[in-house]
Amino acid sequence: MTEAETVYRPHPEDHTFLDSNEIVINMGPQHPSTHGVLRVVLRLDGEKIIGSECVIGYLHRGVEKIAENRTYVQFNPYVDRMDYAAAVSNSLGYCEAIEKIMSVVAPPRAQYVRVILTELNRIASHLLWLGTHALDIGALTPLFYCFREREEILKIFENYCGARLTTHSFRIGGLQYETYDGFEKQVNVFCDDFLHKVDEYETLLTGNRIWLQRTKGIGVISAEDCIQYGVTGPVLRGSGVKWDIRKAMPYCCYPDFEFDIPTGQNGDTFDRYIVRMEEMRQAVRIIKQAVAKIPDGPIMAKIPKVIKPPVGEIYHSIEAPKGELGYLVVSDNSTQPYRVRVRPPSFVNLSALDIMIRGHLVADVVAVIGTIDIVLGEVDR
Amino acid sequence: MPSTAQILDWLTIAKPYIIMGLVVAVWPLVSGYIVLMERKVMADMQVRLGPMRVGPHGLLQPIADALKLLIKEDIIPARVDKWVFWFAPVIPVLTALTAFAVLPFSQRYFVAELNVGVIFILAMTSIGVLGIMLGGWASNSSYPLLGALRSTAQLVSYEVAMGFAVVAAVMVAGSLDMVNIVKHQQASGVWFIFYQPIGFFIYLVAAMAETNRAPFDMPEAESELVAGFMTEYSGFRWALYFLAEYSNIFVVCSIATTLFFGGWLRPFPNVAWLNFLDWAPAVMLVGVGAGCLYLAGKQLSAANKIGMGVLGAAIIAVGLAFGVPMVIDYVSGPFWFLFKVAVMIYMFMWARFTFPRYRYDQLMQLGWKWMIPLGMANLLVTGVLILVKMQYWSAK
Repeated sequence: MTEAETVYRPHPEDHTFLDSNEIVINMGPQHPSTHGVLRVVLRLDGEKIIGSECVIGYLHRGVEKIAENRTYVQFNPYVDRMDYAAAVSNSLGYCEAIEKIMSVVAPPRAQYVRVILTELNRIASHLLWLGTHALDIGALTPLFYCFREREEILKIFENYCGARLTTHSFRIGGLQYETYDGFEKQVNVFCDDFLHKVDEYETLLTGNRIWLQRTKGIGVISAEDCIQYGVTGPVLRGSGVKWDIRKAMPYCCYPDFEFDIPTGQNGDTFDRYIVRMEEMRQAVRIIKQAVAKIPDGPIMAKIPKVIKPPVGEIYHSIEAPKGELGYLVVSDNSTQPYRVRVRPPSFVNLSALDIMIRGHLVADVVAVIGTIDIVLGEVDR
Repeated sequence: MPSTAQILDWLTIAKPYIIMGLVVAVWPLVSGYIVLMERKVMADMQVRLGPMRVGPHGLLQPIADALKLLIKEDIIPARVDKWVFWFAPVIPVLTALTAFAVLPFSQRYFVAELNVGVIFILAMTSIGVLGIMLGGWASNSSYPLLGALRSTAQLVSYEVAMGFAVVAAVMVAGSLDMVNIVKHQQASGVWFIFYQPIGFFIYLVAAMAETNRAPFDMPEAESELVAGFMTEYSGFRWALYFLAEYSNIFVVCSIATTLFFGGWLRPFPNVAWLNFLDWAPAVMLVGVGAGCLYLAGKQLSAANKIGMGVLGAAIIAVGLAFGVPMVIDYVSGPFWFLFKVAVMIYMFMWARFTFPRYRYDQLMQLGWKWMIPLGMANLLVTGVLILVKMQYWSAK
């Protein structure tokens, strides 16, 4: 209790004559629904939340500092360990940032394979989100259905590069491996199958009265607040802002594909749920186009054996499953980066937690943490 | 040498004690197997296998779990209210097992024929809440406190709705005695669910809330309150709470079976050409035994093969014994009763794995704004219909 009080700074407006009834509880760092080692200090009036503060850092590994002591190539696997649920996206962002500072462009075939794997990873990440989010709200079963499909994606990753979770699948300048025999077929089979599976999840949840009651009007965040807090990704789109870096600041070969950006209207948990469900369908659409149009050719650009980017500073961002994932890389023309700064979507989105849960009940906290879709490896780095 | 009549006399006197002893001795094991059934049902719905390691198809898992819980270190946290903390888990077990006393397993097997049986059970389940409240309070910790608060509010509001549903059924039966209620259903030839469909629905929802089962498992909402009122409990005390929960489930399902599904009666008890249904216990047990024998062949280890084979043979033997005409009369009642209760428990599990969890305030709204008014309306309509029937039908 005393430790929690020292951490919590009371909000001046929150004082009422019922102050004696307030309790401060510590949610986490060991709690089933904080998705890792997030600690939320909640101040409650009964069960109503009148204040909260996130305490992070339990998973801090100093990834950005490590970058300064590794070569550009050596640092590549480390980025996979930030958002371990979407390792491929992290890798894509890092590789493209270094390619940009070196003024190298990956060959078309490499770009297409990158898009296929990244979008598959987006689906895997959203499946993990859906399963755990539903579990937090009390629906036990969707988790296992989600993991069943996620397993198929991880099998594709395993066939491609031997790893399932932290894949280290891309290299600066392209790819290390050519795709395996039957890659396109396996991806296509998965895509055809998966659309039915998404419908199946929706029959379990979307029309369910309890699900609607638990998600509609919960954790509302307005578009203005989203922009103020720098919130990106499905949370921003759920509030009605049509901002997707794949369209707004295209990278890789995304301009070659047709896809829609789903948006919500109310900015509540239900809208974010719908947005992510639709994003999974759109990801399938992108993958199918990419598999159909995949060109032949080299998979690696011509890059020097020892990577020494010219002196300069570059910011490159991509649309990771959780939002804008940016890399600021400063080069001093040595083999090691002078500084790598990561802009992680989870960390920035988490900052909006307080305004999203204020006035709600304890049960809604877990729903909102779930709907923000954080990965603590990325929050703490 | 006592005469036969004397022995029969003693047996009649001893019968309640024998049944009581059986329930207390066997029930913890049975509830362990209900947990196993729950895990298997859950696994089946979630495309996985569930426990498979301990014994063939995980059949010894409950025993392993019970042993583990028994030999665990007995932890009493430093700042708890020791005596209350110690005693709290005992209360719900005590009340739930007491409620077993008036459950009629058949027209022969019951401990007491109480003329206020229904009210007795409702009273016992209400007292059981005390254990949850005290446990949460005595733990001296935030999450258990919240769990206990939720539990109190929830049980108070759902008890009312449950009461209305039960009263409606009791009005149709014209008796509060559990045995008599079933006998009335036998006499009228119709299960009361057909007279009281709304009553049954209200009862089902209220019973789920009353036993803290999902989607109403607020007091122990795992993803919110870690483990709710039993966060600080471990080892055997924790097991007692679990035992109480499953006992309560059995009790509320038994009430539902007795009030709405004709208790120990087989379907259509008065239709003579359906008499072959009396063979159902024997057929079902032999079928289950045959299934075990089939699975025995598929087991990998020799121990599992033998275990499964012996189990299958034993079940078939019991099944064949149940086929003897003289025995049928004694076993068909308990069989149908337990079968119906098992189906009800399966429904409880089904709901748990399908629905998300209600939020605490939504639960209150559902209870006070829907369930209770609906229960009152149901009661009113039932009363008017009974009155009309008494006035006109009996006059003819």
